[in-house]
Amino acid sequence: MNKQVIAAIGVSAIVALSLPAIVSHYALSIAIATLYLAFVGQAWNVMMGFAGQLSLGHALYVGLGAYVSGALFTHLGIAPWLGLWAGVAVAVSCGALIGWLAFRFRVTGVYFAVLTIASAEFTRIGFDHLEWTGGPAGLFLKVAQRDSIDILNLRGPPAMYYYALLLLALATLGLCTWLLKSRVGYYWLAIREDEPAAEALGIPTLRFKMLAVVVSAALTAVAGVFMAFYKNSLFPEQVFDMGRSIEIVLAPIIGGLGTLLGPIVGAIVLTLLGEGTSAALQLAGLELPGMKQVIYGVLLLVTVSFLPNGIWPPISRMLVGPKVRA
Amino acid sequence: MPAADLVVSVVVAGLLTGLVYGLMALGLSVIFGVMRVVNFAHGELMTLAMYATVFACSAFSLDPFVVLVPVALGFFGLGYVLQATVINRFITKPEHVQFLLLLALATILVNAQLMAFGPDARGVQTDYQLDAIELGPLLIDTVRLYAAAAAIVASGLVIAFFRFTLVGKAIRGCADNHLGAKVIGLPVERLYALTFGLGASCVAVAGTLLVLIVEVTPGAGPAYTLLGFVIVIVGGLGSIAGALVGGVLIGMSEGVAGLFVSPSAKSMVSFALLILVLLLRPAGLLGKTA
Amino acid sequence: MSLVVKNVVKSFRGLRAVDDASFEVPDHAIVALIGPNGAGKTTLFNVIAGVFAPDSGEVLWDGQRISGLRPDRICARGIGRTFQIVRPFLGLSVLENVTVGALRWAPSTQEARRESAEILERLGLAHKAALPAASLTLPERKWLEVARALATRPRLLLLDEVMAGLRPTEAEQMVRVFRELHRERALTILLIEHVMRAVMALSHDVVVLRSGKVIAHGTPEQVVRDPLVLESYLGEEALG
Repeated sequence: MNKQVIAAIGVSAIVALSLPAIVSHYALSIAIATLYLAFVGQAWNVMMGFAGQLSLGHALYVGLGAYVSGALFTHLGIAPWLGLWAGVAVAVSCGALIGWLAFRFRVTGVYFAVLTIASAEFTRIGFDHLEWTGGPAGLFLKVAQRDSIDILNLRGPPAMYYYALLLLALATLGLCTWLLKSRVGYYWLAIREDEPAAEALGIPTLRFKMLAVVVSAALTAVAGVFMAFYKNSLFPEQVFDMGRSIEIVLAPIIGGLGTLLGPIVGAIVLTLLGEGTSAALQLAGLELPGMKQVIYGVLLLVTVSFLPNGIWPPISRMLVGPKVRA
Repeated sequence: MPAADLVVSVVVAGLLTGLVYGLMALGLSVIFGVMRVVNFAHGELMTLAMYATVFACSAFSLDPFVVLVPVALGFFGLGYVLQATVINRFITKPEHVQFLLLLALATILVNAQLMAFGPDARGVQTDYQLDAIELGPLLIDTVRLYAAAAAIVASGLVIAFFRFTLVGKAIRGCADNHLGAKVIGLPVERLYALTFGLGASCVAVAGTLLVLIVEVTPGAGPAYTLLGFVIVIVGGLGSIAGALVGGVLIGMSEGVAGLFVSPSAKSMVSFALLILVLLLRPAGLLGKTA
Repeated sequence: MSLVVKNVVKSFRGLRAVDDASFEVPDHAIVALIGPNGAGKTTLFNVIAGVFAPDSGEVLWDGQRISGLRPDRICARGIGRTFQIVRPFLGLSVLENVTVGALRWAPSTQEARRESAEILERLGLAHKAALPAASLTLPERKWLEVARALATRPRLLLLDEVMAGLRPTEAEQMVRVFRELHRERALTILLIEHVMRAVMALSHDVVVLRSGKVIAHGTPEQVVRDPLVLESYLGEEALG
């Protein structure tokens, strides 16, 4: 790595760490939204970018993580750090079930995508009828004092959430980097590229596809836990909504599928564009709900048409030279 | 335990609505069968057509059945242009890229409709909206009956098109063998655009008919897309008859589930069916096993 | 340690692609599988490699039944294969492609990469190691396919028409490399080939398949003179 890259990383690190102190409340909430997208986008990227399985129902895992940990906290007073494990366990079980059904019965391509969509929808309707989690009226977490930091119960000022998410996003980046360079990563990429050829080389594809689903579901569920305690209210209609699943997909696709930094770059671009649009609309005095999503849709359209590998690969080639799988 | 004639009425209502669903799914199946394109924006096109119908009817004081033809033609054009300009470039690209393209279109359509029409539900008003026909103990909604009849006619026209016209046969040729069709000089791109236009007009007609039965909201788009997929997968992706059979099956099961379980749980039955089909007979009830 | 194909039958929708085929590939031998197009050679390969299970009959390797096992299990037992239409991992580099193969036995990615680099050196692809596989020409892709299969440290190598589309000089080079590898690594090789010069130069034994049936089995010299074989290639009339 040359001096420029190191310097850039250093500057970004300083900025990132001191952000809560130097920006406004509003800007910090945008930063949190960006980090969330980056985190959840990386989680999705494991399944699609690495192992090649297209899930369009990832909101399922977010929702399960959120609801399980949120309900355990509200009804039984269980701290989020414990409830997290329960949420992850539930999400992983669901993911494993979907994965096993799909891979065992050779459900691929559009059928797999539809299966994931249907699973999320199915769960949404299920939670609409689940009294323990509030049904359609929603689940509300006890909102404690926001000035004091109660890290154990994940309650505190926005800055606390910011750092927690920053840590999560970076830890996931580290995990993905490590995975990609290991045997698991090689095998995932091989399966993504050409599954029959991978099998002929001795790769037990079912096992590794399941691993991708499970890792992806687990990470996504953690994001869900975080979201529950940040937003403090959950509604099946919103949490499991298909629009959410598509949002999760946007950052990695726009940034760069299968790359390490793609989801992060994508998250930054998306949030900037989205907030920029909202700000512009406000300035113009227009009230157009849904404009942000239209812009997202257009961005996705443009990316898919002209930059199918995402924004990050061409930029990284310019900065670091060819053939660096970042 | 609901009375037997209530159950039968509900089943019949479901059957009739299911025929309209079938027409919608038909469009989806045709597009996939010929071009291998999975139209993730299908439901969103339908809600667009529903809105078009609502506004045309209220603006010009017309009946939906009158508006049907211009809407069908309009959406044919829309579909044709969409395929020729945007989608065509993606035919040879990997599957997930196609999905994302159409998802992007879907997102744009849904939110554009939200911006333009607001989140409130809209419907049409006709004189016969609340009429019903009595067939012995059964009560059948007139609108459902008319809509189902129109759906049957439309589906019949599509089937006849593919079976008997030269263009239809040419399209089937493309579907069977893309390269071969090109080699013998068929204008494949134009035929694809025609096919997409046809699929779009199917879904538009379905929308026009459906808005007689239910009201439209922008958020219904994705739900209809998913419904379309469930029907098509259950019935058999690429099979015209399968789309209709699937539609009827889903329509009836939704009605029955709504009666016996709860109205909001009715799609759960459809999903259960979907999962069963995916696991046991992925080609669908009437699909060809590859 | 030999491969035994015993009475294998494989049909597709009523058409018998492989019809009661039986032969043996002795340990450390090079056996060629030849026959006119559509004879069922690749189907037979697919049965041996685990892509299909035979409808009846069995395939034995090392005295153990492998028919019906999944392809990855068969590779784990020491059988590597190439595909008739090459299937490189286009998005990965040349070295990464081969490394995937080496990971079959290698305890670490470093070891896998090291051996993969050696194999690429051996097969003349080292200068392209860092390039994406998508940038290779067809002959280079064929070499890559062989390198990748070789990286799994097979004891039996199934080669499906690797020489197709190669120029005579390239094909000769491949024959030379196979001969050397066969000696160095004590490989057993079963190859499907149309390039007759390669068949004659390499193989100890030739099995001739026609319409799914084995119609001849012997040394290259014997097979080339067999009237049944000549008839299937040249037709009855040509023989007068």
